[in-house]
Amino acid sequence: MGQDMLDSFKKAYEEEISLTGKEILQQLLKNSEIARLDSVPMCQDTGYAVVFAELGQDVRITGNLYDAINEGVRKGYTEGYLRKSIVGHPLERKNTGDNTPAVIHTKIVPGENLRIIVAPKGGGSENMSAIKMLKPAEGVEGVKKFVIDTVKAAGPNPCPPVVVGVGIGGTFEKAALLSKEALLRNLGEKNKLPDIALLEEELLAEINKLGIGPQGLGGRVTALAVHVEIYAAHIASLPVAVNLNCHAARHKEVTL
Amino acid sequence: MTQIRLTTPLSDKTVESLRIGQRIVFNGIIYTGRDAAHKKLVELIEQGKELPFDPKGQVIYYVGPSPAKPGKIIGSAGPTTSGRMDIYAPKLYALGLKATIGKGRRSPEVIEAMKKYNGVYMAAVGGAAALIAKSIIDAKVVAYPELGPEAIYRLTVKNFPVIVVNDSLGCDLYDEGIKIYSTK
Repeated sequence: MGQDMLDSFKKAYEEEISLTGKEILQQLLKNSEIARLDSVPMCQDTGYAVVFAELGQDVRITGNLYDAINEGVRKGYTEGYLRKSIVGHPLERKNTGDNTPAVIHTKIVPGENLRIIVAPKGGGSENMSAIKMLKPAEGVEGVKKFVIDTVKAAGPNPCPPVVVGVGIGGTFEKAALLSKEALLRNLGEKNKLPDIALLEEELLAEINKLGIGPQGLGGRVTALAVHVEIYAAHIASLPVAVNLNCHAARHKEVTL
Repeated sequence: MTQIRLTTPLSDKTVESLRIGQRIVFNGIIYTGRDAAHKKLVELIEQGKELPFDPKGQVIYYVGPSPAKPGKIIGSAGPTTSGRMDIYAPKLYALGLKATIGKGRRSPEVIEAMKKYNGVYMAAVGGAAALIAKSIIDAKVVAYPELGPEAIYRLTVKNFPVIVVNDSLGCDLYDEGIKIYSTK
């Protein structure tokens, strides 16, 4: 667990008024300590390997980048005793046995580096995520309502306290991708746009009035953070995607 | 908070006495099962065939552990979302299953089945998987090894901590929690 998560847990512990909620937050801190000392996963769901690769346009790669990433996932999940949670066909549902394939998002950027961000994503919280194509007239109030309704409907299922990734704008798939990218941000980092940073704050305050609390057993801390990313939208559209993450918002990166 | 110590298998009398919000620690045997294993169990029930274990008086823990490191009993082993087993659970409660352990809400059908057959549902702390694994002292695969993390394990547990979320009266701790703490 990253330092940003640990800090956020400690803050949540101070803010939580439910005794059960406090007890759960304490157990999660203890859990992360055991995971660190024993080098075992903090959660058995070690996720779908979601990989963001930002490729500098001056980089020349020999061989197949996608194969290389999948080989890394295969080795990491096997040698690291991580759970293999991927079925090769969504309807036949036979486990691939090595957690491949990864979901790989590539982006071409200026420069001569390759930046790789790995964000293993648990299924429980992913399942409670949602997307909606709002009418532009619904505006920011419509966006807020959809985000809050999604967290409310998810209730105890995504292992609250959650981290909420929100993507506003773009097209159907762009909004979903933005909401995933929003989860990559370290907790406590705000959007650079002041109006969006304010929206993040307002959403967090509203979500924490829901009373869902740690593990959904009641309390003040339902979300640790809300991260919003935006993009240009079509004159007819206001897409909003909400990607929920459990309290284990895991991501690591390397620049080659 | 006071804890109630329970040893499995569970009697009807014990289950009847449990109430939402109570902290339980389990000792004894519990079985694991997720979506794929439940699908197989329910197919066997529908065909009138024998199950790999008799659910009477037993507890099923919805978990798919991570692999055990060399020399370890089990990997990390926290609860998975119970709702995915809602479609199967009433059939197992009907056969005498007394408790299920997982995380997240149960459907009205499952809550009804718990009332009808005197069962309970309990939550373990989702994400506290390394901590929970410390209370598992033995793990053996009893069925479907080909399912990997989704195989049915027979776990021996010592002081395995859970909270009662749905009791045999049909009460729901998730609803009660929101009633107390919502400020909207």
